[in-house]
Amino acid sequence: MSPDIMASVLLTVISAATPLLFAALGELVVEKSGVLNLGVEGMMILGAVCAFAVTVTTGYSGLGLLAGVAAGMAMAFIFGVLTLTLAANQVATGLALTIFGLGLSSLIGAGFVGIPVAPLPKLAIPGVSDLPLVGPLLFGHDVLVYLSIVAVAAVAWFLKASRPGMILRAVGESDVSAHSIGYDVIAVRYRAVLFGGAMAGLGGAFLSLSYTPLWTEGMTAGRGWIALALVVFASWRPWRLLAGAYLFGGVTIAQLYTQGAGGIGIPSQVMSMLPYLATILVLTIIAAGPWKGRLNAPACLGKPFRPST
Amino acid sequence: MFKDLSRRRFLAGSTAAAGALSLGGALGGPLGAGSALAADPLKVGFVYVGPIGDFGWTHGHDLGRKAIEEHFGDAVKTSYVESVPDDGPDAERVIRQFASSGHNLIFTTSFGYMDPTIKVARQFPDVKFEHATGIQTADNVSIYSARFYEGRAVIGTMAGHLTKTGKFGYIASFPIPEVVRGINAFILAARKVRPDAEIKVVWVNSWYDPGKEADATKALIDQGCDVITQHTDSPAPVQTAASRGVWCFGQASDMTNFAPDWHATSILDVWGPYYIQRTQAVIDGTWSTAATWDGFKQGMVEMAPYNPKLPAEVVEAAESVRKAIIAGDLHPFTGPISDQKGMEMVPAGQTIPDQDLLGMDWYVEGVSA
Amino acid sequence: MSPDATAKAPWLKIEPRREITRGLLYSTPLLAVALTVVTGFFIFLAMGYDPFLALYHFFVSPLLSFYGWSELFVKAAPLILIGVGLAVGFRANVWNIGAEGQLTMGAVAGGCVALAFWGEESAFTLPLMGLAGIAGGAAYAAVPAFLKTRFGVNEILTSLMLTYVATLFLSTLVYGPLKDPMGFNFPRSRTFGDEALLPILMSGTRLHLGALVALAVAVAGWVMLSYTIIGFQVRVLGQAPHAARYAGFSAPKIVWFCLLLSGGLAGLAGLFEVAGPIGRLVPTISPGYGFTAIIVAFLGRLHPLGIILSGLLMALSYIGGEAAQVEVGLPQAVTGVFQGLLLFFLLASDFLVRYRLRWRRPAAAAAQPTAAE
Repeated sequence: MSPDIMASVLLTVISAATPLLFAALGELVVEKSGVLNLGVEGMMILGAVCAFAVTVTTGYSGLGLLAGVAAGMAMAFIFGVLTLTLAANQVATGLALTIFGLGLSSLIGAGFVGIPVAPLPKLAIPGVSDLPLVGPLLFGHDVLVYLSIVAVAAVAWFLKASRPGMILRAVGESDVSAHSIGYDVIAVRYRAVLFGGAMAGLGGAFLSLSYTPLWTEGMTAGRGWIALALVVFASWRPWRLLAGAYLFGGVTIAQLYTQGAGGIGIPSQVMSMLPYLATILVLTIIAAGPWKGRLNAPACLGKPFRPST
Repeated sequence: MFKDLSRRRFLAGSTAAAGALSLGGALGGPLGAGSALAADPLKVGFVYVGPIGDFGWTHGHDLGRKAIEEHFGDAVKTSYVESVPDDGPDAERVIRQFASSGHNLIFTTSFGYMDPTIKVARQFPDVKFEHATGIQTADNVSIYSARFYEGRAVIGTMAGHLTKTGKFGYIASFPIPEVVRGINAFILAARKVRPDAEIKVVWVNSWYDPGKEADATKALIDQGCDVITQHTDSPAPVQTAASRGVWCFGQASDMTNFAPDWHATSILDVWGPYYIQRTQAVIDGTWSTAATWDGFKQGMVEMAPYNPKLPAEVVEAAESVRKAIIAGDLHPFTGPISDQKGMEMVPAGQTIPDQDLLGMDWYVEGVSA
Repeated sequence: MSPDATAKAPWLKIEPRREITRGLLYSTPLLAVALTVVTGFFIFLAMGYDPFLALYHFFVSPLLSFYGWSELFVKAAPLILIGVGLAVGFRANVWNIGAEGQLTMGAVAGGCVALAFWGEESAFTLPLMGLAGIAGGAAYAAVPAFLKTRFGVNEILTSLMLTYVATLFLSTLVYGPLKDPMGFNFPRSRTFGDEALLPILMSGTRLHLGALVALAVAVAGWVMLSYTIIGFQVRVLGQAPHAARYAGFSAPKIVWFCLLLSGGLAGLAGLFEVAGPIGRLVPTISPGYGFTAIIVAFLGRLHPLGIILSGLLMALSYIGGEAAQVEVGLPQAVTGVFQGLLLFFLLASDFLVRYRLRWRRPAAAAAQPTAAE
């Protein structure tokens, strides 16, 4: 494989992984606070359509990105009101959020089908970006790709080293004790849920502004669900999440390349199963291997909490 | 009770068709099943498999529906239900909902609606049904489809001229006969121009996943394909090909907007004229069962405007193929045709009959799928 | 006392109800539906549709004919069947969200039996298909059960991942070995023989035996949860895992039980779809019943009899949505938004059942002792 092709393959993997990374990173923080939001798909698609609609209408992709983030947060807020304030079941609310988001997105997007938009500008440093392999890989992306990696580092630092991050983890590990020593569990979880919505919205915006700069109904095509799987796959660790997203992107892309190269005599459906089977396998290895018992799942995940005043 | 109700509706429906004034209205009931005032519009229903915003298959049928509304104005009222899963248990109820609420003509626009269409048609003998891409007719069920493969032959010819590497990328959805036929027609035409050409097929196992379609496009271009075509619904492959500077062909809708510099042309589904004609036939009382498989000649398949940047001889070659097909001088599936292993399947001068084309499940030489 | 609660709403106090009153349990869903109707009214009005007509077709017109009712049960049957199985698991904190995949595998297993006996069906074919459907779904749910009990792998994720695999597996079969030899190479199996199809309960409708079975299963589920030892264990494990351990209940055993039960019922639901309304194996069997059933289970408050009602309500929202599309021209998107609203209100109304709001009088508030749970 020539360096050019290799760079191109890796670029494809990176752009396939980036929307997953955004959405999954948001969900990771949400789950660390003890909340399970299965509505990632719904938040993502609303982010995608709002980002696209605002970019087309105003002509500014920056405003579009903000709109995507805001749309994701608005959806997350609905989720928060229902599950945090009103203590509704998180699994069911998340699923309902997805139904709602898919419907609302196609309503908003009805007037934007068949309209192209210029993709987000790529970073281009004269001279450096033209280097073989390294050039396009390190310096050939749009701003969101870099942002996704910065976000991983930031979240990793936040959870590990910052005080609010420790409070967030404490809330996810034991809401009752966190509450009893005076932390406002609900407020912490609201912030986490809103952050999750913002990141899902950003992932959606990446889809409709950079990955495939267009709007069609249902364009997230199940990526929100993959993001959920990635969080567990990464055992709630940001850097593992980065690796997991790229690995998942890599397996998916490898499958397409193998087909293009003439296949290996296996039905394409079986090839398409591989990423999912690989996820199960890795989950099992993590759970059963030498890291056993360090799966790192937040103890309060999915359990509703109401301060008992 | 059920029998009672439905018989009433049958009666109402038939009197409406006969133009009787008061009787149907009195019997039609609150749902307006058949209030038979002569001025009442004819009701035409559409069952769609995808959302109308897919910019592909369903989008095309919805343009056809709008063409009816425009042509007939207040004389015809159309309605539709989107995203009714193909094959699933819901289709029958939706089709029945149309039939029992006074619709006189119902278009079911996906192959998977075959069983429920036939079944509901049996229960509503006065309602006319039109099943797209179907294979089974009945007294009140017609089938219709378009010879998209004629369009594939045109773009295959163009691709043969445009390619340098001799490798084409084909983003495909599912290996149903329609898709297999398209792949074969494309490469057969291309190899008449470029005998060593080959086609690489990537199945994305979806009609509709812009991200995956884009990734498949990149994979094919990385593997040396320098012309991209698709049998999926989103404009993502066209857009991606353009970003890599590779010629590409769109599907179902004119996708020029998504790749002004590299979109050579698209194969367009043009359902409007057929829909208008069938609606008129119901109004005139001349509707009869038909099996329609139309192409360029009847205008059911059209090419989007050719990209002005194309070399003149490419457009010329494309047009000569299109005109030859219209004139009946050329059939894309005329032998000699060999299969993937090089064994001759169709001798020179013979043409694959329609019946075999409908169920095509083998690939011709030059396909790597 | 938590500083937040007082700071945010000094005049309002939220406290859990000591006991849940029946009246509230039954009246809050009605309140939620009423709120949805009011909100929907204004949404339809704002979008330029006749709100009365739209609501009429959503909630009333499907119920005006006998056929409408029969369809309601056809649509609700798989939701109830799967919902009951899932509810048992959810009660024990076993989170099977892969019922969609188990449904598919049940349909595959049962469908294979039907096709194996094609042309030589007998009275035994259908019962055998039923057993195969249950076995297929249960076997597929056994994978997450095994991974959870043996290695501690989270069942939410494994069951979800397996759903995608199941769909692709079915697709491999109908595009390959199970393709109808006379079917023009379209991806669908032969139509099942008459004796491999579910008996229709009412001629002229699609109301099949499966609907009856679903109701029976719901009643049986209620009896099991309320009156049997395993039902008791399920409830204890869910509410007080520590107590369950002290009592010597085997948690792995209950995990296996819950997953096999919910998987088996989902498999049976899948078989009912292919042997009922569909009549053959096709690439997509369910329009997401396995996921919708999760919502149904919670709307029914995880109670089997409640699930019958929530299953019917959910079915009505789908069928009414179709009617509204046909009759009023509402786009599908609007029906999706409306459905989402209905679910939000129903989920939110649960709050009123479990908590009560009281106006806080300053003196009483100050006197309230802090209670840690």
